[in-house]
Amino acid sequence: MYEWRNASKANKTNGGIRMTPELLIGSITLFVLSIFLGFELITKVPATLHTPLMSGANAISGISIVGALLGANVAYDGGNTDLSGILAFIAVVLAMINVVGGFAVTNRMLNMIAGKKNRGA
Amino acid sequence: MEFNEWIDIGYLIAAALFIFGLKKLGHPRTAPRGNQLGALGMLVAVLTTILDMELADDPANWTLIIAGLVIGSLIGYWMAVKVEMTGMPELVALFNGFGGAASALVALSESWRYIEGANLPSGLELTVTIVAAGLSALVGWMTLTGSLLAMFKLKGGIEVFGKWIKTPTWGPSWLNIVKVLLIISAFGLIFYNIDNPTDKNIIFALIAVSSILGILLVLPIGGADMPVVVSLLNSLSGIAAAFTGFIIGNSVLIVAGSLVGASGLILTFIMCKAMNRTLPDVLFKSFGGGGEKASLTRTKVGSDADEVAMMLDGAQKVIIVPGYGMAVSQCQHQVKEFADLISEKYDTEVSYAIHPVAGRMPGHMNVLLAEANVPYEQLIEMDEINSEFPDCDVALVIGANDTTNPAARTGEGPLAGMPIIDADQARTVVIIKRSLSVGYAGVDNDLFYMDKTMMMFGDGKKMMTALNNAVKES
Repeated sequence: MYEWRNASKANKTNGGIRMTPELLIGSITLFVLSIFLGFELITKVPATLHTPLMSGANAISGISIVGALLGANVAYDGGNTDLSGILAFIAVVLAMINVVGGFAVTNRMLNMIAGKKNRGA
Repeated sequence: MEFNEWIDIGYLIAAALFIFGLKKLGHPRTAPRGNQLGALGMLVAVLTTILDMELADDPANWTLIIAGLVIGSLIGYWMAVKVEMTGMPELVALFNGFGGAASALVALSESWRYIEGANLPSGLELTVTIVAAGLSALVGWMTLTGSLLAMFKLKGGIEVFGKWIKTPTWGPSWLNIVKVLLIISAFGLIFYNIDNPTDKNIIFALIAVSSILGILLVLPIGGADMPVVVSLLNSLSGIAAAFTGFIIGNSVLIVAGSLVGASGLILTFIMCKAMNRTLPDVLFKSFGGGGEKASLTRTKVGSDADEVAMMLDGAQKVIIVPGYGMAVSQCQHQVKEFADLISEKYDTEVSYAIHPVAGRMPGHMNVLLAEANVPYEQLIEMDEINSEFPDCDVALVIGANDTTNPAARTGEGPLAGMPIIDADQARTVVIIKRSLSVGYAGVDNDLFYMDKTMMMFGDGKKMMTALNNAVKES
């Protein structure tokens, strides 16, 4: 059992998924289509919303938290905290600051801008 | 269904929530809901990942992982709640830098695993991993250093041992060649890394080159173009996350990252358009960095608060034009008090003319005035309010310069073609400004020297307080 676990750690990439030609093509397809979707998603945005939109999109780019978690999972495996584990730990902290702080500050901005509108109307 | 497929469905739901969230963030009515959907998507993504890790055949070190999640959340929330309204642009830049750094660190962690002796993949898998890790590092470190410099540029400087050091703006045209050479060498390093996957020095060199690139990208760009640059860096941090997705073959990272990358780029173009600039101009032409500023040859006699108060007596329509000066002096509360005073005393109709790029971030003025409880319907965007200036008795300009400069209409000079607020059409123009000095674009403002213009020279807060007292006494 132990040997098998060790072998599995040594052989796997982060998240336990092996890159095959099929997966690579699939990933590139996702990448290209998502870029086109992103271009179409934002069309005309009033100036007031430029900053909240930027801030909200920035919080979404904190999705690297998923990568950081999976990276930390591999790196911590077997209870050893080597340098790659410490790096992944810092990545988890930074990504989480980006995510939680980003959504919270966007929410605050929108309350300032849009919340007042609702009360005023 | 297999367990792995459920995980994929969780990621699919998260990706769909991000798409709805971004779409809704672009419309005023639905924007708060859009932000909540984005946050919900992130929660789904994180929970799915945790489930994936918990049910995988090798248990994780939960203590450390949970500690990281909690520490990050607390710091992020604390920063978001504590920040002053004026400091928001800087905070967005800082968060953006953290996001880029997180992607770069995941890439570094993956590269380091091989250096520490994990079995190397081979063939296609090795190439994909190294190239994706390299690109993620390049974009991620660049985003980190660029965002940090952008943050200090938005602040205007940095305090070191009690001394205020102004953030420099410097960018001769040969610097662009250096940037191109750095990018080429970064690609060279990544290519070289494929054959030498365990060479630490290549990794270090790539980090150094990327960090320098980020600094050189932002260094030549002046303060007023910072929103555009932060938006571009935001787009880059999305791309970095997408590359990280390629390293670990994770769909939600690829989708969310490239969505932010693309929509961030579109937003960057929209912001450039509002400022009448093009992205290459912003990035490669050092602008307003000094040297070309018009020297002042004219003078203007200043007016005091009593004179202005006298002139306000009986005014039926007053339009307030706020600018960066209001943000710096934090006088939005005094401005609100002023509006209340005259509408009560003289029954004056007060509205606010909001230029799309007034301040340091689009929407900067809206946020500040909202903080001072100015009713939303009094804030009117430039295109709508410009026709009202001929009927306006007094236009009160507070710390705005370039956004009111009639030189923009002449079609010449750096301001050519930029849409401006037609404050010069008002019967009387009152301008609160510290001096006659030129604005960010370095162009002298004819508005200051018009006969109908009264200049109040001084800090916004002091002048507004004096004006309020004068109005009360008159």
